[in-house]
Amino acid sequence: METLAPDLTPEEQFQARIDADIRIEPKDWMPDAYRKTLIRQISQHAHSELVGMLPEGNWITRAPSLKRKSILLAKVQDEAGHGLYLYSAAETLGTSRDQMLADLHSGKAKYSSIFNYPTLSWADMGCVGWLVDGAAILNQVPLCRTSYGPYARAMVRVCKEESFHQRQGFEIMQTLCEGAPVQKEMAQEALNRWWWPTLMMFGPKDSESPNTAQSMNWRIKRFTNDELRQKFVDMMVPQAEFLGLTVPDPAVKWNEERQAYDFGEVNWEEFWSVVKGNGLCNHDRLQARVQAHEEGAWVREAALAHAAKRKAREAVAA
Amino acid sequence: MAPLSFGKEPGVRFAVSKMNNSEWPLWEVFIRSKQGLDHKHVGSLHAADAAMAMQNARDVYTRRLEGVSIWVVESKHIHASNPDEAAEFFDPAADKVYRHPTFYDVPDSIKHM
Repeated sequence: METLAPDLTPEEQFQARIDADIRIEPKDWMPDAYRKTLIRQISQHAHSELVGMLPEGNWITRAPSLKRKSILLAKVQDEAGHGLYLYSAAETLGTSRDQMLADLHSGKAKYSSIFNYPTLSWADMGCVGWLVDGAAILNQVPLCRTSYGPYARAMVRVCKEESFHQRQGFEIMQTLCEGAPVQKEMAQEALNRWWWPTLMMFGPKDSESPNTAQSMNWRIKRFTNDELRQKFVDMMVPQAEFLGLTVPDPAVKWNEERQAYDFGEVNWEEFWSVVKGNGLCNHDRLQARVQAHEEGAWVREAALAHAAKRKAREAVAA
Repeated sequence: MAPLSFGKEPGVRFAVSKMNNSEWPLWEVFIRSKQGLDHKHVGSLHAADAAMAMQNARDVYTRRLEGVSIWVVESKHIHASNPDEAAEFFDPAADKVYRHPTFYDVPDSIKHM
């Protein structure tokens, strides 16, 4: 076990570990700003998973077949599990579950804006799995090598489970596109609504993202927003072509020189507006979360009472 | 879940108020994937007691049959070595290369060693 040049300051030693790709673990010294930004990022990632259960939860009772209902249920269960892995990782940094939930419910903490869009048809289930989970995978695979150990390990687990999500979404789209014309129209209509918001998932463009530089320096983030956004377009356009669908961006065009697709500009006004709380479902999503928490209070109390009673009974029996 | 009956079990009301903090305790979860391999730490969760922790661990960490055996331990019962003292703590092993088989030159003609 090496001590990297003990005559350096704690900050310098910390940065040396980062630069050597040595993982930072919960009990290691870390700059306050590193801890704070990770608490913010990991908890918001966790909140996104939980809120992300809602747009798909909307279709569980209306899935077109029992098999598809079971699959959708399994996917939504996975999202809950992902939220739990991430809350656990955040807690290793010194925050508490209560604090994180309070920040979500008060509106202080954010979650991924994509979940502020409504799911209007069954084809939306296809788009969410195919596009939204696809974008999440692109973001999360590099995070498996993020500098903070518990976050990286949580991401490894999440990535293993996420690939079924994308496949089930694509399979839904494929079934619709190979079905009746009205089904294919439904698929195209859903793609028209989900394409741009998915591109917005990668965040503001690099030139307008002040946090990116520090995040990359600390190797929390491994690729920039624009790099990931470009990768996503390059992956998805051929997949849309396979389905016989048209991406709702007339500027999409293969650029032979760059060996990548050119694409149009994101509507940044809409992006910032939704981030600030003016999306279609912001209010509903938060209300659903707060309601679930408040209406579940009796379950939390009952669990404690049950545990206490079981303990008392065991003490008497002993 | 049986209803509380304060008449028969007078200790219960006291026990409930004692545990009535807002957060359930934190548990660390260890899973063994096959017989003969070791339990690996997979993460943590909150639960009111060990039985609940076990069920939650199964629901959160073995949805794809990742485990045949689960250990749950309250986090407060785990003691960890201090990373700041790691260098000195693990120092005795650093200069004993002769504990490794590769330190030894075995003649080529010797088999089974």
